[in-house]
Amino acid sequence: MSDLPSVMPPDPDEPLPFEHTEKMSERLRPLLPWLVMGAFLLLWEAVVRLFHIPVFLLPAPSAVAASLIEWAPQIRDNALATLATTVAGFALAIVFGVAGGVTIGSSATLYAAFYPLLIGFNAVPKVAIVPILVVWFGIGAVPAILTAFLISFFPILVNVATGIATVEPELKDVLRALGASNRQIVAKVGLPRAMPYFFASLKVAITVAFVGSIMSETVASNVGIGSLMMTASARFEVPLVFAGLVVTAVMGILLYLVAEAIEKRVVGWAMRGHR
Amino acid sequence: MSTTAASPATPPFVELRDVALAYGATAATLAVERLNLAVADGEFVAVVGPSGCGKSSLMKVVTGLWPPSRGRVTVDGTAVKGPLGIVGMAFQNSVQLPWRTVLDNVMLPLEIVEPHASRLRRERRSYEAKARDLLQLVGLAGYDRQHPWQLSGGMQQRASLCRALIHDPRLLMLDEPFGALDMFTREELWGVLQDLWIARRPTVILVTHDLREAVFLADRVLVMSARPGRIVAEYTVPFPRPRTLETTYLPEFTELTHELRRLIAEARVGVAPEVSS
Repeated sequence: MSDLPSVMPPDPDEPLPFEHTEKMSERLRPLLPWLVMGAFLLLWEAVVRLFHIPVFLLPAPSAVAASLIEWAPQIRDNALATLATTVAGFALAIVFGVAGGVTIGSSATLYAAFYPLLIGFNAVPKVAIVPILVVWFGIGAVPAILTAFLISFFPILVNVATGIATVEPELKDVLRALGASNRQIVAKVGLPRAMPYFFASLKVAITVAFVGSIMSETVASNVGIGSLMMTASARFEVPLVFAGLVVTAVMGILLYLVAEAIEKRVVGWAMRGHR
Repeated sequence: MSTTAASPATPPFVELRDVALAYGATAATLAVERLNLAVADGEFVAVVGPSGCGKSSLMKVVTGLWPPSRGRVTVDGTAVKGPLGIVGMAFQNSVQLPWRTVLDNVMLPLEIVEPHASRLRRERRSYEAKARDLLQLVGLAGYDRQHPWQLSGGMQQRASLCRALIHDPRLLMLDEPFGALDMFTREELWGVLQDLWIARRPTVILVTHDLREAVFLADRVLVMSARPGRIVAEYTVPFPRPRTLETTYLPEFTELTHELRRLIAEARVGVAPEVSS
């Protein structure tokens, strides 16, 4: 009975059928974002020059670039300070978000008990918390780190909890029938399955972490990009304000790319449709 | 009709006595009731019945995933109080872990069931060799480094059978393992399963909708009534092993499946007496 048909393992180097089509547009694709960005900057520059918009209302990209060069040392120092506070808050958010997500995701009771409270916390505008943090911790890096943490913690927790809570019952049965403990089920199935959710949330969280730290810096710090932008706007150095925005955007994109690179390595299995 | 075929000398390997299982929060609906069943060590038993007759409940009760509401379940002479490591399971859905390779999926039970779990780290190589041997046996040689989603449904189901068998379970519980496959793949896997059973002789309880499958594979076919499910009939399958697809074209084979078909049609319309407590 064991005359099974010999199925050959697939050859990974063999091109898929129809792969030769759309070669041209595929080669152009990595360039497209740069082309769009360049066109956007050109349009911006043209509009400012054409309508003679004063520099304290909307500086042209060239003026922003000049300001970036002129204030490079100050921008670098403050950007590094902001990066450090953001990454610190973000790291805290990962630790507590994953721990909390695993805890409430693996127990329906805890989920029901804590979820409403967490939603309530998340609904509070974080700007309103900064003054309280200043009262508790004074002006400086601590309120900025905590604001970044508070704002980015929730998406991570919710996503990890969702990933763990939605494990297929059959998958759990396979393990439970073998005598696996709850801890083993979470370790072998819950956590790996929550990873795609976790990375999706990281990409949201890292962006909002910057919102948190910069927001706190604008009102409660003497260092950081937020503080620099406040000072610059008080002195009508509008190109410098824009330079701060550009630097923030670049930092956000860089951290996003880091998260995405790790994601591709760790959860490539979840993106099998996009190969 | 008698539901015990095991000879009185040897006690049955799996025994259900007067088992009832209530469903839902209110416990108002009974999935199975007064279920009596005995399976001898090394026997291959198939359970057939109309849709929703509580066949899956039977699986849950025997594997210890759910405690019965009433009655007694014993496996290997001891009462079932919770999940047992000596059980291997396979379902209609092959339930593979997509982030693991085929080999690592097959080896999953070894990470949980003792004594394998504590030996796995030291004897990884020999366990991997064992998993590869099993994969070869079901025709998946060379696929161990692939991920399950790179395989067809039939191949995933072969891998699922390997996972159910890797820890040498004495009891194999199969819940419509080939239900989602096309007929040709299904018939091919009947052969694979029969070979595995002849080579290792675990006790098998196969729940299925496919009557030809039941008759082809089993030593004994049990028919369940409509909900609440009970065993209403039992047939011993006379064909010698190994059975081949030729067996399925014998007139006796057709006769037996035909008879089973008739019984299930009766069970569906509720000819089987409904008993309430």
